[in-house]
Amino acid sequence: MAWQWFHQWGSPRWFYQRSGAWLPWLAVLAALFLAVGSVWGLALAPADFKQGNSYRIIYLHVPASFLALAGYYLMAIAGAIGLIWKMKLAFTAMRCAATVGAALTFVALFTGAVWGKPTWGTYWVWDARITSMLVLLFLYLGVIALYQAFDRQELASKAAALLALVGTVNVPIIYKSVDWWYTLHQPASLKITGDSTLHSSMLQPLLVMIVGFYLFYAVALLLSMRAEVLAREANSSWVRALVTAPQSRERG
Amino acid sequence: MANGTVNTLRRELLLASRRRGELANPLLFFVMMAALVPLGISPQSTVLAELAPGMIWVMALLATLLSLEPLFAEDYRDGSLDQLLLAADGMAFAVLGKMLAHWLVTGLPLTLVAPLLATLLALPAAGWLPLLASLLVGTLALSFIGAMGAALTVSLQRSGVLLTLIVMPLYVPVIIFGSATVQRAIEGFSWLAPLALLATLAVAAIALCPLVVVGALRLTASE
Repeated sequence: MAWQWFHQWGSPRWFYQRSGAWLPWLAVLAALFLAVGSVWGLALAPADFKQGNSYRIIYLHVPASFLALAGYYLMAIAGAIGLIWKMKLAFTAMRCAATVGAALTFVALFTGAVWGKPTWGTYWVWDARITSMLVLLFLYLGVIALYQAFDRQELASKAAALLALVGTVNVPIIYKSVDWWYTLHQPASLKITGDSTLHSSMLQPLLVMIVGFYLFYAVALLLSMRAEVLAREANSSWVRALVTAPQSRERG
Repeated sequence: MANGTVNTLRRELLLASRRRGELANPLLFFVMMAALVPLGISPQSTVLAELAPGMIWVMALLATLLSLEPLFAEDYRDGSLDQLLLAADGMAFAVLGKMLAHWLVTGLPLTLVAPLLATLLALPAAGWLPLLASLLVGTLALSFIGAMGAALTVSLQRSGVLLTLIVMPLYVPVIIFGSATVQRAIEGFSWLAPLALLATLAVAAIALCPLVVVGALRLTASE
């Protein structure tokens, strides 16, 4: 009986109906947290005495970086679940997590570059963490490219899942090696403000933003998974029923 | 089971010896790229000496990437990969033989040609031994990690660029420790630490990659 909860996830239809019910709540919560966090962080939190107002991009940069990395593990775990229990929905989650994760990694890199200009005087520095994020973006793009190269979806999913798992083993090694490379090649003249050194008046809105980003991630993932489920199950009767009876869409 | 390794190794080397011209291609690429560096950047030996450790390592990496595509693709096309997959229990060992053979016909020759590149790029004398040592160990890691990409893309028509894309990020630690070994030696520090880390990567790759390759081949080739 305990497994019933787990097996329900094997049904795309069940997922589509359930996620439809969760989505409005998640979206409202995400919007709430993001709105509160943005206003608090961008308008109410005190300015940094060294960086002035430019530090405020931290409220986008740090949550995006958090989720870029967490999203990679989510993608790999979803891929592993798909490989082990042959669950189609897990592969859908993996596929969608790859796109959302790659986008968030790009956001993290972009906001980092924008932040770097006023703070360091340059958009790009070969800093250890920046370089690691760049490699993470490459790993994401590799998974997406491999998935798209196959004609057959099942095969594409399995191959991409395997690559994601190999990447998971590699992510800590890459992080450590880049860290080591950085300390060897460059003096630590540039230091990103560590999270722990943030004053609590700046930290609290950041925490709100991080929760908001997690919720936003869930919303984005669910939306793109729902679209993918519909595309995959386009020939099944329940999707057809959904399309032919638009007024009953809310109830699925 | 180790028989599987020896048999595949012998078969691969025999096949390789029958088409020597093809084997020379990655080496030629390696040397020609070295000729482009002074043309594109500067022929001054001080500039070259500074670039040499990283450049030689980047070019070794690219040469290995170029040699990966046919690793399993030929066996896939002529059906002998299916035969290999049928020999269920010794699959990882057979695959290990193929990967070792790949290193013997690409990684090892690249290492042996490296002194020529070191001369062309004016690598300081202190960097020669570390370069050879790091390439000898590091190309093993390159061959084994790259084999995973070759196995994942084996059934695709034009897998060349895609294979490069998915393998390149996995090569990051290898190139960091590889060129650091040479760089540290030139700067007069002990170079054993990065070399030891490089060897760790190689040993881990030899132990784990054949298992991933078997999984990937079962997926893609059995279709």
